[in-house]
Amino acid sequence: MSSVPAPLSAVPTPQGRFGVFGGSYVPETLSLALAQLCDVYDSVRNDPKFWAELELLQRTYVGRPTPLYLASRLTSHVRSIAKSPAAGATIWLKREDLAHTGAHKINNTLGQALLTLRMGKKRIIAETGAGQHGVASATAAAHFGLSCDVYMGSEDVRRQRLNVVRMRLMGARVVEVNSGSRTLKDATNEAMRDWMGSVDHTHYIIGSVVGPHPFPMIVRDFQSVIGREARAQSLQSIGRLPDAVVACVGGGSNAAGIFYPFVDDASVKLIGVEAGGRSNKPGDHAAPLSFGTPGVLHGSLSYVLQDPAGQTADVHSCSAGLDYPGVGPEHSYWKDTGRVSYIAANDSGALEAFTLLARNEGIIPALETSHAISAAVKLAADMPRDQHVMVNLSGRGDKDVDEATRLLALPH
Amino acid sequence: MSRLASIFADLRARKAKALMPFVCGAYPAPGVTAGVLAAMERAGASVVEVGYPFSDPIADGPVIAAAMHDALQRRATPAGVTGEIAAARAAGLKIGVVAMVSVSIVHRLGPEKYFASLKSAGVDGVILPDVVLEDAQAWIASARDAGLTVTLLVAPTTDVKRAEKIARSCSGFVYMLARAGITGESASIATDALRERVRLLRGVSDLPIAVGFGVSNAAQVRQIVHDCDADAAIVGSALVRRMCDAQAAGQDPILAAELFARELAKGLV
Repeated sequence: MSSVPAPLSAVPTPQGRFGVFGGSYVPETLSLALAQLCDVYDSVRNDPKFWAELELLQRTYVGRPTPLYLASRLTSHVRSIAKSPAAGATIWLKREDLAHTGAHKINNTLGQALLTLRMGKKRIIAETGAGQHGVASATAAAHFGLSCDVYMGSEDVRRQRLNVVRMRLMGARVVEVNSGSRTLKDATNEAMRDWMGSVDHTHYIIGSVVGPHPFPMIVRDFQSVIGREARAQSLQSIGRLPDAVVACVGGGSNAAGIFYPFVDDASVKLIGVEAGGRSNKPGDHAAPLSFGTPGVLHGSLSYVLQDPAGQTADVHSCSAGLDYPGVGPEHSYWKDTGRVSYIAANDSGALEAFTLLARNEGIIPALETSHAISAAVKLAADMPRDQHVMVNLSGRGDKDVDEATRLLALPH
Repeated sequence: MSRLASIFADLRARKAKALMPFVCGAYPAPGVTAGVLAAMERAGASVVEVGYPFSDPIADGPVIAAAMHDALQRRATPAGVTGEIAAARAAGLKIGVVAMVSVSIVHRLGPEKYFASLKSAGVDGVILPDVVLEDAQAWIASARDAGLTVTLLVAPTTDVKRAEKIARSCSGFVYMLARAGITGESASIATDALRERVRLLRGVSDLPIAVGFGVSNAAQVRQIVHDCDADAAIVGSALVRRMCDAQAAGQDPILAAELFARELAKGLV
């Protein structure tokens, strides 16, 4: 036996625990499907054919590897606001917005669609907030010839109309959810309800590192292609690892994807940015790691925003993809171990960063991603000039132009 | 002997079956649950399941989910629901009462404290509908320590080996789902498959078997307890819907519940 402690990356346990977090808090009806998913994932983990097939798709269909881009004008802006001439770290963008469909979500849906085929299932369902996961699921379904139903809160159908059109164009059925807050949480409830009655022929492609075991692990693994590429690209372009990696956190899949390959690199600071919304008051934000407590939601134990009686709290964010009261259990683990720092960026900061990146780099980021940009700019301004900050540019902002125009009160 | 054990022992001795209505706590209005429980007793129920309103009930269909949201809108709390059950006991309620509660609520309130509050209110047992056996052990122990029975679900997707393990962790009774999917009324029950599942579970467990999900009228109650040989039939959405309709029409929801439960009880004989 080695006396060296297990690395932080050596999670989850076979029972799906990340420290105390994770687990399987779902009705018994789903336990067979979860066991089946564990089995099929175990069987492909060491199957080079599976990963070769996925790698080929990533290269020829998704356009991977996505570039690591030196954001020089954004860096100049950072240096212009830095308090000292010796401050202002260089900012690099990991361009997941350039992946097919315009966000990192496709990394997960193609992987899970391949698992769906291995399980012999013909139908997939998905929940979506911003619509990016819905679009990525519809895309995978069209690519593989699977049928696809996407649950989406009616408030998000309004906010992210463009993505609704894209899903329908690709043959998916978009099911509007009118219960509860009519956003991502309620769409997830409806998708789980569908799955309870359809497990024998349907796979539920969860869009983030949330849900019961083994979803948080599987989604993290499929998204880790981001961090593996970014790590290698950093060694090549910077000549060393970055000093900090920044990503936005809703459920936390883009963050888990870029953080995970750096988790055992102690020199790299990892910063997750939650949606700070309008204020720190309950109901005004969507930041469970910053303001929540451990609790059970949608199948796992993790930080969550709940009232004292255990009811899920209302949340708010200008970004539909971050508008969620829970977060993946591995993030809770990283928070409690101190490996990742979680902070919140508010609506106005995100909107400012949205415009800032558009004007300084010619890149319109998703409103979700804008939270990471907002935090990274502040962070880099306080870091020495010879340091490097990498931001996961998780998605493009085309879907957000209507909402951002409304929120920024720009002329149409 | 616990109240649930003696209820089922008595039924078995008389070769009789049980009606187990499900009601949503504090619904359709805060304060009505004590009256609803008394009405269920008058109508011939043996045990009542009281659902604790939860914001995200993933096993529930539209009727119960809407009732829970409605109760929460009217500021229902777990402590309030427990208080209403205590009031029913204080008024002399004799039948069994089990709490059906999301583990999200149990976790947040603290299992020891919450289960102790149920016990002192006169609740007999707890149904944990949204946790798998492997993750339920600590809570099962905590509920049993508080003197409550613990019931977990057995689904159509559960094979008999796993059903046996689940039954071994249960006390009071086992909750067998009549179908995969969520709560809600259904036009028909697949009796052949269900009868076989009841038979297989009987082969590995002596606990009473209660069947629910999709049971919505007296004829289906009869199918569950006679054709399929279950010990009890659970009816939820169909009952909650009648209470909802009565409330909306300005009628007495408690009376509506009692009349419907009397109708359901005809399926027992």
